[in-house]
Parts: sequence; structure tokens; C-alpha cells
Amino acid sequence: MKIIVCIKQVPDTKGGVKFKPDGTLDRGAMLSIMNPDDKAGLEAALTLKDKYGAEVTVLSMGLPKAEDVLREALAMGADKAILVTDRVLGGADTWATSTTIAGAIRNLDYDLIITGRQAIDGDTAQVGPQISEHLNIPVISYAQKIEIDGDYVIVERQFDDRYHVLKAKMPCLVTALSELNKPRYMTPGGIFDAYDAEITQWGRADLKDVDDSNLGLSGSPTKIAKASDKVRKGAGEKVVLDTEESVKYIMQKLTEKHII
Amino acid sequence: MDFSLSKKHLLARALFKEFAETEVKPFATEVDETEEFPRHTVEKMAKSGFLGIPIPKEYGGQGCDALTYVMCVEELSKVCATTGVIVSAHTSLCCDPLLTYGTEEQKQKYLVPLAKGEKLGAFGLTEPGAGTDAQGMQTKAVLDGDDYVLNGSKIFITNGKEADIYIIFAVTGIVTDRRGRAKKEISAFIVEKGMPGFDFGTKEKKMGIRGSSTYELIFTDCRVPKENLLGVKGKGFGMAMHTLDGGRIGIASQALGIAEGALDRTVEYVKERKQFGRAIGAFQNTQFQLANLATNVQAAQLMVYKAAMAKATQSRYTVEAAMAKLFAAEVAMDVTTKCVQLHGGYGYTREYEVERMMRDAKITEIYEGTSEVQRMVISGDLLS
Repeated sequence: MKIIVCIKQVPDTKGGVKFKPDGTLDRGAMLSIMNPDDKAGLEAALTLKDKYGAEVTVLSMGLPKAEDVLREALAMGADKAILVTDRVLGGADTWATSTTIAGAIRNLDYDLIITGRQAIDGDTAQVGPQISEHLNIPVISYAQKIEIDGDYVIVERQFDDRYHVLKAKMPCLVTALSELNKPRYMTPGGIFDAYDAEITQWGRADLKDVDDSNLGLSGSPTKIAKASDKVRKGAGEKVVLDTEESVKYIMQKLTEKHII
Repeated sequence: MDFSLSKKHLLARALFKEFAETEVKPFATEVDETEEFPRHTVEKMAKSGFLGIPIPKEYGGQGCDALTYVMCVEELSKVCATTGVIVSAHTSLCCDPLLTYGTEEQKQKYLVPLAKGEKLGAFGLTEPGAGTDAQGMQTKAVLDGDDYVLNGSKIFITNGKEADIYIIFAVTGIVTDRRGRAKKEISAFIVEKGMPGFDFGTKEKKMGIRGSSTYELIFTDCRVPKENLLGVKGKGFGMAMHTLDGGRIGIASQALGIAEGALDRTVEYVKERKQFGRAIGAFQNTQFQLANLATNVQAAQLMVYKAAMAKATQSRYTVEAAMAKLFAAEVAMDVTTKCVQLHGGYGYTREYEVERMMRDAKITEIYEGTSEVQRMVISGDLLS
């Protein structure tokens, strides 16, 4: 089985969010981490590898420094890493990003593609499903459990108060929730190997069946009018639990939001 | 000369830090209070490869260098010195001599499961009458057929009852040295838990590192197959000293970690604690003390890392190891004592971790060669 996991390098919001004067994220001033949902997706792929045997390829689109999260993924146990990086791909919105990633994936053999549900910097949850549309394969989003049965993938899809069990023939794309698992730690030896490993770098010329008009800033239909750190608070959520359950609930929420 | 860490070392440090904060720190107080060996944490460390960091991959290890191993013990000890010494004793005192002196068969049989973390290791040299003075050793090993028969006891053994594989030193004969004096000939043996005649005595009740399992080992007609002789018969003393050179780098890293942990907590504390209407960190006395402590901690770190790099590149690193351990241990004791002082009355209570850290720091000036022994080693080299 061949699994592709899409991972994104995102700013670590643990140390606070920093903005440039123009209101956009000051990524240079913030530490970077592997997006938590993507890390859960990678763990799911590595668990499937342990259980059924698989080759796991991690793929990231980003600046050259996104190589760091790819090496982290290799140190966790991924087999191959591909970085798609090119100036002309910069400034991409979800449409241009998914077009780019799909163009890269068309060069690869795969049975399963796993992406995170959404990235903590943009929070759109659009890229995964869009990739599946570009590749014309089924998508199952919000996976809280992933199993393989022959040529099929069986996924528990999370809802607010229930889950659906869905079965799809592979190849297919699944978007993972960070609640899916607890990602394994890298190993020290894995880190050393990761820094000896070669990371394949692809640019615009390596993308298959894509049109320039759908790439980069100019190919992005979304225009950000304004970005701000002032978020109007909603009505909030009221829960009534006993003390111990309340503490657990709060801790879980803080972890989910990546505050602690 | 480059003092910066490579990207892979930085990532390894980030890994150890995350693991220590997530998996070790939440249990550190409990481990100290209950004096229970943190078996669950050891299993998690085994799974993550922390029990074979500097051991080559062909023997089940991670294939990393001494510096990476040192950073692991350092980061673990920042939050829990018990956990730090478990890794240090296992790696430096059991895996390392097997790697250095073991036959291929011994490495396959013992080193591979140790480096994979399937088994835990320990080292038995100290006896009631023989610590620094190895000639006082009473434990004997006599060849009888295909076995050596061990009789005697070892004390203060780290990982004591929890280990599976032990490197044990025993007297195998009397030889005459160059000056015509009779000297005990010492050899090393690989002993497995469960070998008939191998038993455990009392558990030590210690001031610090209270979760580490420190036991007396008792050998009563314990038959050890002769193929478990480690290295050359009669060369045990040199092997023990060489092993301790490596061990001292491990303990120096533990001491460094304790000092860093205490300083980190104190920096946080002085920002929060208010007296006379302002944070105590605003007083110059506090600021100057913190500056001195941080400077010494940085110096200790440089010495410990230098010793680790010497181990990786030099066949002899006795002096570097002795200096690193001497300095880091005394810095750990000084830093933790002053951190307790900066915490005032709260620092004397078990509610604040600096209290535990001060108790933990003391042992680093004592085990694997006291500070006095390190001074003997260093001055001996200077005057030789």
C-alpha cells in the first residue's frame, strides 16, 4: 500500500500570534511546527504502515524552510519526503494550493492520501477536499478512526454528537482530526537518518496537468481584504460538569486550540 | 571552533524536551514522594529509543553520538533527576562496557536487547569496603568447570532490582605487581537477573533521586557461565575505570540538567513573587545572583558538551570527564541551594520543585567518584 500524507509547516501559536503592520501573520517572528491535524494524519499513516505494511510519502508545499517539518516526519518514520517550492507558487489561496498539490501528486502512485482537517493558521479545511476533487477520487473528511479492509478504507467520520462509518474504495482521500490519535515521538536515530536523507524538491515545472492561471497569487480567486487579531467573541458555549470533569474539559479545549 | 549545535542536534534536543515536559515532569513529584521506580516512563523511553542513543544500529541502538545522549540525560534531569540517572546508569555503565569489551556473541545476546530498551542494565562495582579503593573488593569469582562461582555483595547499585543485566566486578586472583606487591586481580562478568544464587538485599532510603531503585546485590555461590566473562580476565579494574570515565559524563549531564531546571523555575518564581510592592526579580540582589548562577550553568554546559565530544573523538577522555563532573556537580549543588534561598520559605517546602532538586543535586557530588576523587584524577594527570 502506498500512502501520501500532506503536511504543512505552520506558525506555533503557543508563544502567541504575531502580526506585521499590514495585518498579515509575521511568520518569521514565530516558531514553526507541523500542523497538528497533519501530524495526526501522519500518525494514522504510520499506524497503518505498522499494521498492514505501507510506504509513506510526506509532501509539503511551502518555503524552503518547510524542509524542517518534512525531516521531522521522516524522523517519525515516513519513508520519503517531497517539498514543492517555487517562487511562482507563492501567495496561493486554497484553490491554488490544492491545484499545486494535486499537480504534484499526479506524479506519484498512491492508494490513500491523508491530509489534516485544517491548518491552524488558515483554518479553512478546504485544501484536502479540493485535492480529491482535482484528482477525481472520493474524500472522507473529519476522520476519527481509519481502518483498511482489502481495497477499501473504513473511516469513522466525526459529527458533533455522533459518528458515521463510511467505506470507500481506494484510491481515496481522508482528512484527519487531531483527536484521531496521539502522534508518536520521533526517535533520536530517526532524526539522524532524517538529516542524512535526501528530500526531493519539485518546482512549477514538475507539476502535472496544471494551468498557470490556477497557480500562485495571481491564480488565487480569494482576496484577503483585511486580517486582524481582534476576533469578535461569539455567544460562547456553556457546559455544566462536576469539578473534575470540568478541569478535563477545559484542558482538552486548551490542548485542541493549541494554547497549551 | 563552532559552539552552535547542528540542526539535527537541535531537533534531538527539542524531542527530549517535549518528551520530558509531557511524559516525565507530571510524575516527578510523585516519583520522589512515593520512592517508586517510574517503570511506565522507562517503557515509554524504550519505545522512543532513549535507552540506546549512542549505541550503533547494528546492535539495536539509535546510532547517535555522545552529545545527543548527553542532551537526553540533561533534558530529562531538568524535570526529574531520577529519570536522568536511570538512563545514564543503563547506557554509560552497562551498554557502554558491553559495546567496548563484549564479544560479538555477548553483544548480540545482551547489548541488542539493552539498546532496544527491552532490558534494563546496571553496574556493580561498589562494596561496603570498596568504593573508590578497588583493592578493598571482597566479592570473589572462582572458576569451577564451565562456570565462575561468585560470592560477595555489591551496594548502592542504581537500577538495582529493576535491571535485567548487570556488569559485576569480582576478584579472580592475586597477582604480584612490578614492585613485588600482592594485588587483587579483578575481572568483569555479565550477570543476568534470575541466575541461581543472585539475590537482592536492602533497598536504600535516600535523600534524593528517590525513585531510582538503589539496592544491595548479593551473590551466594552464584554460577555464571564462563562465556559471560567480559573482556580479558584480570583487566577488570582498567575496564571499570574506563567505564566510569563515560559514566561521569552522564552524571555531569544529570547535574547540569538539575541546575538548569532549578534556575528555570527560579526565574519564573522571582517574576511572580512580590515583596515590598514589587516582584523580587526587581531587586538587584536577585538579579546579580541569577546572573552568577546562569553564568556557571553555561560554563558547566560547555564543559559537559566538550567532554561528550572528547568521548566521541578521543580514546582517552579521563580528565575532560572528571573536570566536567566535578564542575557540573558543584554548580548543581550551588545553584539549587541558592534557588531554594531565592524561593525563601516556600523553597523549603515540597510544594516547590527546587526543594527536591537541591536534594537530588547532592548525589552528583558523590556517586561515580566523589568530587574529591575527581580532583585526584585531575591533579594526578597534571603531575604525572
